[in-house]
Amino acid sequence: MKNLERARWRCRRGLLELDIVLQRFMDEHYTKLNEAELRQFETLLGLPDNDLWDMITLKEAGSADSHPVLRLLQTI
Amino acid sequence: MAIARRKFDAVIVGAGGAGMRAALQLSTAGLKVAVLSKVFPTRSHTVAAQGGIAAALGNVTEDNWHWHMYDTVKGSDYLGDQDAIEFMCRQASEVVYELEHYGMPFDRLENGKIYQRPFGGQSQNFGGAQATRSCAAADRTGHAMLHTLYQRNVQANTQFFVEWMALDLIRDQEGDVCGVTALDIETGEVMVLQARATLFATGGGARIFSASTNAFINTGDGLAMSARAGIPLEDMEFWQFHPTGVYGVGVLISEAVRGEGGYLLNKDGERFMERYAPHAKDLASRDVVSRALTTEIKEGRGCGRDADHLLLKLDHLGEDVIKTRLPGIREISMKFAHADPIHEPIPVVPTAHYMMGGIPTNFHGQVVAPYKTGPEEVVPGFYAVGECACVSVHGGNRLGTNSLLDILVFGRAAGNQIIEDLKKNQHHKHLPPDASDQALARLDRLNNQKDGENVAQVGDLLRKTMHTYCGVFRFSDMLREGVTRIGEVAERAKHIEIRDKSRVFNTARVEALELENLVEVAIATMISAEARTESRGAHARDDFPVRDDDKWLKHTLYFREGRRLDYKPVRLKPLTVESFTPQARTY
Repeated sequence: MKNLERARWRCRRGLLELDIVLQRFMDEHYTKLNEAELRQFETLLGLPDNDLWDMITLKEAGSADSHPVLRLLQTI
Repeated sequence: MAIARRKFDAVIVGAGGAGMRAALQLSTAGLKVAVLSKVFPTRSHTVAAQGGIAAALGNVTEDNWHWHMYDTVKGSDYLGDQDAIEFMCRQASEVVYELEHYGMPFDRLENGKIYQRPFGGQSQNFGGAQATRSCAAADRTGHAMLHTLYQRNVQANTQFFVEWMALDLIRDQEGDVCGVTALDIETGEVMVLQARATLFATGGGARIFSASTNAFINTGDGLAMSARAGIPLEDMEFWQFHPTGVYGVGVLISEAVRGEGGYLLNKDGERFMERYAPHAKDLASRDVVSRALTTEIKEGRGCGRDADHLLLKLDHLGEDVIKTRLPGIREISMKFAHADPIHEPIPVVPTAHYMMGGIPTNFHGQVVAPYKTGPEEVVPGFYAVGECACVSVHGGNRLGTNSLLDILVFGRAAGNQIIEDLKKNQHHKHLPPDASDQALARLDRLNNQKDGENVAQVGDLLRKTMHTYCGVFRFSDMLREGVTRIGEVAERAKHIEIRDKSRVFNTARVEALELENLVEVAIATMISAEARTESRGAHARDDFPVRDDDKWLKHTLYFREGRRLDYKPVRLKPLTVESFTPQARTY
């Protein structure tokens, strides 16, 4: 199904900062995600660049406590 | 092998601001438009433009398009074509108001007019006081523009081909352009997109350098396709290094920081820009500031353990200004430099940022190439806009906020030109029988290569070679060696191999194709830089430190075949006003 490659390509973004953070995430965490987390990650990748970047950087605004994938992205 | 074929009035490659602005013009006129993009349109690199759009609206301080024109000509170090620059600066207000009507959420002044901020290189009254000319939407101007244009295109029925990569341009026996061969990344299918007009808006290619502010997608695809199709590349030695990339990662810290009052410090805590540009200081043109940083580092006044970066201070602006006017910059600094600029300075270095050169065009967006005796003949059916194009409005050095203006003005102009040209060309030209041979041969070689080179390794070597031999300061012997070295990289790249030969979502194949494109851009850059024995704009030679207008007031043209160079004159005559004659460039 090539889900890994598909996800890797969707980590190609307009913002270099997201390219870097998402590539680190793919290398360090992607293969360890469970089904629910994979779906969460896919949803995040569907967001516009700046919205996703806000969620990763503006920690106080996010609801990351209930969102393990976002929390991982924030720690990279 | 029979290849699927689809017909459109116009095919646009690239869905950044330039491609989408042109697409909107065409779709609104009722034409059938296809836009190809490697990534979802709103994830194009335009999204990264933080600063704003230059336009002499005069909302904050008095302003005039003629002053803006002067700044752009001077900023270009007199290499910019003055007809195109006048065209751009005169249309600036109109394209900004048009974008406002499309729904662009510009920041507002209390009186309701569009907020404007000062930016480097922009002056009042032909080199006088700092101008306040940049129209912005917080520090998300590019993002807001892309979303606005995308929504409008969806309403206008522009057809997007998302996650498609164009492979090669199709030209017939006469040299006319008839479309592109392209790859659907998801299925691996190759298709011919036939068009009466083909527009490249493929953006920049600063991924040829190891320290780059560009997103990974910026691999110069349009330039490489043009070069392979026999179109020359113009002024490829001119790459802007942004003075303030975050040390170690390249992520950009916009001039907006310095526009709002931030400034640079060396290890002694000295505000060194006062020495290099007594008048404009930290707001001097990007090439001037980048060279100042490089000089400070070279002379041992860099910061940190290895004395290899400088510091950008903004804590004196106060928490409120930083949080309201520069929120994105604070986020970037905290994430990549682990420094909160409210309390501590940001470590920065000059980082490759923008390609002034590209596919040669006139100010109607038509690609122009030498043909018979004329140096600038229109290539029928072929257009280019945005960073991939060399109009040339940026000449040897681009001013901040002129790139978003460039893509709006020339995206619209190219759209209008195509509408006119298509009235005359009602029918598609016949596709040549070998339309896709070149693209298919490249794919076949990749599929059949055995015991070949590793894509990542060759890519790393290419980027390091460019950075070492063709960086901010350029040296005669280094450039000569660089030409040899990049030739060796190109040889190795001919044998790159991919392990995964499957069709569906084969990202290894896409990355290999991107590397082939980077190679074309890198060679053109190195050879053009080696030949230009002067310093002008972003091209700074250690052995030829001054501008030489007698010999070098001309545009470089690089031809892939034979790696040959030619030159053509700078267009010094504006459309209606007096020419700005070359002067010493001081800030």
